[in-house]
Order: sequence, then C-alpha cells, then structure tokens
Amino acid sequence: MSASLLLLIILALAAVGFVIGRGRALRSVQGDRRRLHSLPNYYGFNVAMLAFVPAVLVLALWVVVQPMVVNSAVSGLIPHDSYADAGALNLIMSDVKRVAHGLDAVAAQGIVQKIPLSEMNVGNTDIRGLLGSVGVALGSDVTQDVLNAAQEFRAKSAQGALWMSIIVLVVALAGFFAAIRMTNGDLRARNLVEHGIKAVLIGAAMIAVLTTLGIILSLIFNTISFFGMFPMADFLFGMTWSPEGRGGSEHLGILPLLWGTIYISIVALSVAVPIGLFAAVYLSEYASRTTRAFAKPLLEVLAGIPTIVYGLFALTVVGPMLVGFFGADGLNWMQGARSVMTAGLVMGIMLIPFVSSLSDDIINAVPQSMRDGSYGLGATQSETVRQVVLPAALPGIVGAILLAASRAIGETMIVVMGAGAAARLSMNPFEAMTTVTAKIVSQLTGDADFASPEALVAFALGMTLFILTLGLNVVALMIVRKYREQYE
Amino acid sequence: MNDMTKTEKALEMKTSKISAKNVQVHYADTHAIKDVNVEIEDKTVTAFIGPSGCGKSTFLRCLNRMNDTIDICRVTGDILLDGEDIYDRRVDPVQLRAKVGMVFQKPNPFPKSIYDNVAYGPRIHGLARNKADLDDIVEKSLRRGAIWNEVKDRLHAPGTGLSGGQQQRLCIARAVATEPEVLLMDEPCSALDPIATAQVEELIDELRENFSVVIVTHSMQQAARVSQKTAFFHMGNLVEYDDTTKIFTNPEDPRTESYITGRIG
Ligand SMILES: Nc1ncnc2c1ncn2[C@@H]1O[C@H](COP(=O)(O)OP(=O)(O)O)[C@@H](O)[C@H]1O
Ligand SMILES: [Mg+2]
Repeated sequence: MSASLLLLIILALAAVGFVIGRGRALRSVQGDRRRLHSLPNYYGFNVAMLAFVPAVLVLALWVVVQPMVVNSAVSGLIPHDSYADAGALNLIMSDVKRVAHGLDAVAAQGIVQKIPLSEMNVGNTDIRGLLGSVGVALGSDVTQDVLNAAQEFRAKSAQGALWMSIIVLVVALAGFFAAIRMTNGDLRARNLVEHGIKAVLIGAAMIAVLTTLGIILSLIFNTISFFGMFPMADFLFGMTWSPEGRGGSEHLGILPLLWGTIYISIVALSVAVPIGLFAAVYLSEYASRTTRAFAKPLLEVLAGIPTIVYGLFALTVVGPMLVGFFGADGLNWMQGARSVMTAGLVMGIMLIPFVSSLSDDIINAVPQSMRDGSYGLGATQSETVRQVVLPAALPGIVGAILLAASRAIGETMIVVMGAGAAARLSMNPFEAMTTVTAKIVSQLTGDADFASPEALVAFALGMTLFILTLGLNVVALMIVRKYREQYE
Repeated sequence: MNDMTKTEKALEMKTSKISAKNVQVHYADTHAIKDVNVEIEDKTVTAFIGPSGCGKSTFLRCLNRMNDTIDICRVTGDILLDGEDIYDRRVDPVQLRAKVGMVFQKPNPFPKSIYDNVAYGPRIHGLARNKADLDDIVEKSLRRGAIWNEVKDRLHAPGTGLSGGQQQRLCIARAVATEPEVLLMDEPCSALDPIATAQVEELIDELRENFSVVIVTHSMQQAARVSQKTAFFHMGNLVEYDDTTKIFTNPEDPRTESYITGRIG
C-alpha cells in the first residue's frame, strides 16, 4: 500500500471517528448536551485526533527512515573493490536505485518476460534494453553486482512497505478504539483537544527550530571539511580570488568578495535609507489620509517585484545610463555597464519600500501625545519630527535599517546581473566587482565535483555570510535594547 | 445693582488676558462648542468643569490653536489674547503656542533627558544666549515645577524614568520654560495619585503669581481648592461663569447646582 493511500485511509478513519465519538458522547447523556463536560464536537475531535495524529507521525517517520535503512543494507552488497571513495559509491547506489525503479516499472506494466524478474541475470537478459523500453535510460550496461543489489533493494523496499502499512493501520485503529472506549459524558474532551492542539503547535515550532539547526550544522560540517583541504588563513586573508576548475586552486581568498558585498551594500543603503526614511516621514506625518491611502500601497508594490526584474533593470537601463555619464564618452571612469554603482543603485531602489514601510509603521507607533507635547511648546512640524518623533522611533528605525542591510548582503540576482563576476579589490565604484552570494552560485553551478575545495568553499562563504548577518542582527538587538531601557 | 455690574465689568476689562467671543467649534458634523463667551483674567486660576464630552478640552485647545492639528476641526468666532485676535492670518500658531503653553492629561515627557526635556522649548525658540543661560533657565523652570530637588542630581537621566507625578511636574516645568503668559492644563492630575495631585495643586497655586492658568478638572474639590474663577460647561454651552466661591456656594443656574451636587455626571 502506498503512503498516500495509507494517509487517505487514516483520514477516513478519523472522519468516521469524529462522527462515532460525537454520537457516543451524546448517547451517553441521552442526548442532553447540557450534561456533557464539553461541547459534542470536542468528543468527535478527540477521537479523530487520536486516530489520526499518532498514525500520521509513524507514517512520516517511516517514509523518512526506510530509504536510509534499505540504502545502507543494500550498499553492503556492492564489493569494496569496485569503488574508490564515498562519492563513487553514491554514484553506484543511484544506478542501483534506477535499475530497481525500472524493474518496478516492468513489473507494474505487466510486460511478459521469458524469464521471470526474480531469475534474471546479466547473462540471460538485456537489462539495459528492457529498462529502456519502460522509459528508464541507463548510461552503461548493468553489472551483475548492480542487478543483485537492485533486486535486493526491491525486495527490502516491498517488505518495508508492507510492514509500514500494517503498523500504521494498527496504530490508527488502536488510537481509534482507545478514544472511542474512553468517550463518555464525563470525559474532559475539551481539555484533551486543547493538549492535542498545543502538541501540534509545539511540533511546528520544533520543526522550524530543528531545520534551522540542521542547516547550520550542515554549513559547519562542510566548512570544516573545506578547511581540511584549504588553509583557513589563506581563505580569510587572501587578497585574490581565482578558482581553477578541479582542485589545485591556490587563490580562494574571501577578501575581494567580502569587499564587493560590503561596497555594494553601502551604496544600496545610502540610496535606500535616506529616501525610504524621508518617504516614511512624509507618509506618516505630512500626507493627508487620501494621499497616504494611495501612496503607501503603491510603494509596497515595489517590494513585490522579483529581484530578477530589478536585475534586468540594472542591466538594461541603469548600467547603460551610468556608462553614458561616467563612461568613455563622459568622465571615463567606467568601462562597462556592470559596476558596483549599477548594482548598488538598483539594490537601493529595491530596498526603499522595505525601509519606508517598516519605518512608517514604527513612526506611526510613536504616541500622538509626544507630538501634542511638542506642538504645545510651539515647535513646528519638522522640529517635532526631528527632535521628538524620530528619536522616539530610532530603535525601531535602526532595526529596520539593519534588516535592510541583511537583505542587501544576501541579495544575489541584482549582483549577478548588475555588478558582474570579476572578484576585485578596488575603491572605484564604477568598476565591476562581485559578491559572496554571486560566487556561491557560480561555485556550485556547472560540473564542479562536490568534494573539491572549489565547491566546498561555497559553504565557507555561506558560513561567512551567516556570521555577518547574525552579527548585524545581534547588534540591532543590542541597540534596540539599549534605547528601550532608556526610554521606557 | 446696575452700577455694580458696571464697575465689575471695568475691573474685568482691566485684567482680562483672554477674551473669547461667540466661539463655535465643529468637528465635521459634531457641534462641540456652541457660542461661548468668556473673559479669562490675568494672574488667576480659572477652572473649567462639566460632564465628560461637554467640550472643555475642545475649548481649551482653541486657546492655543491646538485644534489646528486636527483636520476636521473648524473654529469660528473671536479669541483675543491681550486684545489681539489669535486666529488672525498674521498670527503664527507656532509662536502663539510658545506664549500659551499646555500641559496634557497624561504626562508626556519626550524620550530625552530631563535636562533636554526642559531645554526643548527654550532651544527651539532661541531663548538662551549661551549654555550657562540655558542651564539657568532649566534650573529656574525645574524649581518652578517644584521638582528641582528631586532631579538636580540626575538631570541627564531620561525623563521617562521618573514616576507619574514627577513626570507631570516635569511637563509643567517644560511648559513654564518657554516663559508662557498663559498655561493651559487639561486634567493634569487625572493620571496621578493623591500625593502627586497635592504637589501639582500646590504648584498651580504658585504659578498664579506669574501666569494666567486655565485648568480643566473633573474633581469639584480640586476646582474649589485651586481656582478663583470657575466655568461650568454643559453640552457645548458655557452655562455659568463666575467666582469659584459663588459657583460652589450659590450657583445661579439649576444645571450648575445639579452638577456640583452630583446629580448630572
Ligand atoms: N478629535 C475629535 N474628532 C471628532 N470629535 C471630537 C474630537 N475631539 C472631541 N470630539 C467631540 O467633541 C465633543 C467634546 O469633546 P471634549 O472637548 O473632548 O470633551 P471634554 O474634554 O469636556 O470631555 C465630544 O462630543 C467629542 O466626541
Ligand atoms: Mg477632555
């Protein structure tokens, strides 16, 4: 039985359980719902919950764990001398899986064979041709080892699926009957459902935390294995970035990339922060209600544009325009359309709505009594904004700016299209540079071997970005807390 | 009888600080103040009393044009400060508010130090020639606000860190620092405990020496304790305006009597 069919069955069981549980509770008090401890639906939910949730958890766990177990059992069948390292074994195992799936397809389509599937071997059948006929194309002929492993894989998977069905159904039925047996008018179904809901919420929170943890751990382990192959000092303090294909790169210094990231972010923030902040001040302090109702959503539309569109804009509009002013025809500071300035300006435009919408909310949260106090002392509107409203809103605004900085640091598409791919340490903002994120993409795309330092460096780069943004967030929190202490 | 009113009028004319004539206030469709005439005397505490929603705050806010900050609010009639129409085109509401200071119901110190709170007005109006001058103004104002002794050692601590009563006295000191001629107070004690209230009331009595004070209050006792003149508002009308002792002992209008004896709330 497949997992989705099983899921349907449990769902149906839960639905039936709901009706039965509700009815049973009502019958236990002769239909007088006032004598029930909880509302009738709670009894139904309680049964549905106990039938559904444990079974689904078992199902989910099984679906995740079974392939791992089968995989490790089957990979033991591959002789050790046929592969060099873990990577090669992985390749063989993926062949095994494809053959296994191909054989499954052959069985499912009922293609009649002279020799039954279980007795096939490389000698008596053209496995590659057979699998090709059901749409599974293989790169090379199948060896006997792989075929054996594939047969074993199929057997173990089928066995696992059978046990999965049995156990999941047993769990679902056990929950179903246990819940029905305990249903009577005095059962505190409402409280039980409450516990159930709490457990589900905790589960969701756990998943969020655990996946984050998993991502960080994978970053850390891959970074460590990178530093096993490449000296850390050369990575952190190297002034050149020039990876050389497969292995043997001497220059994987992060400084040019980090510089590009920081330079572009600075340009972006110096566009986005003043404009965004002034726009927010105008919208929240000066604009009439009608202007505001019309301008604010308009600004927020900017925030919904995919960054790749901004990238196009950088490449086709802003870049050529800058070249017109600063290129060979003008000041001759700029060689091509791609530059720090191009990417920074466009990224700044992208961040304007981000800064303005966050700041607007924060400025609006400053109590009207502050403004009244200032006006009451004879201050003008701009004096009030500058000396009372903005200082009161400052912690929030700093938070908004640091969030915008985090986004600028993590932005990729605009950089790829607007700033170019050349890693360079230079002060000239009209030169092409590149950033950490853009290089992560280029190191992992293409045919790089994932175990080489050229690929693994991506994790070290990612780790650096992570630490950078984490640091920014910590600083933001510290600033916010400091001001909060002062002003509350 | 006739003679007496005449002399009284003459006396009033001499010391009148603010004079309001036929003042009407509308908030969109709400007619909040209906044809109010009142003479507010200099160096006097005038109390506005009346049930909630009768327009006391609205009228008070007309006196320093704080209603200008509300889009839907429309004020008509004449309000004269020292004989000059404050709604005249030539009058800058911002300058006016430096002359007619305001203290609000909820203490609203700025998120700045105590010193900067008090120095705020003098700084924006350029009242101090130098730092020492500003220090003087701050100290004098804090003394007038009867809070100097409590804060003199922590002038650079945030004003928001003070207790409610201290915050309100800080706000009074802040209002006093711009050397206003009139001080408007909208229920300044309603967020305060009895001890802080007593301190603020004492302060109001001292302020009378230099300013004309208008105070909105919900407490009959407070009006009786601090004011010399009392105005009773009811549903947007000024029902009765007279000496405080007269209002509280021998009111002319039956509505006033019902209110002060607790029959209309
Ligand atoms: N900002 C405003 N917008 C619309 N109506 C208002 C506003 N402020 C006050 N009002 C109305 O004006 C009337 C008088 O209010 P207010 O002056 O605050 O009364 P009081 O201070 O005596 O309790 C009330 O009916 C109130 O609803
Ligand atoms: Mg009021």
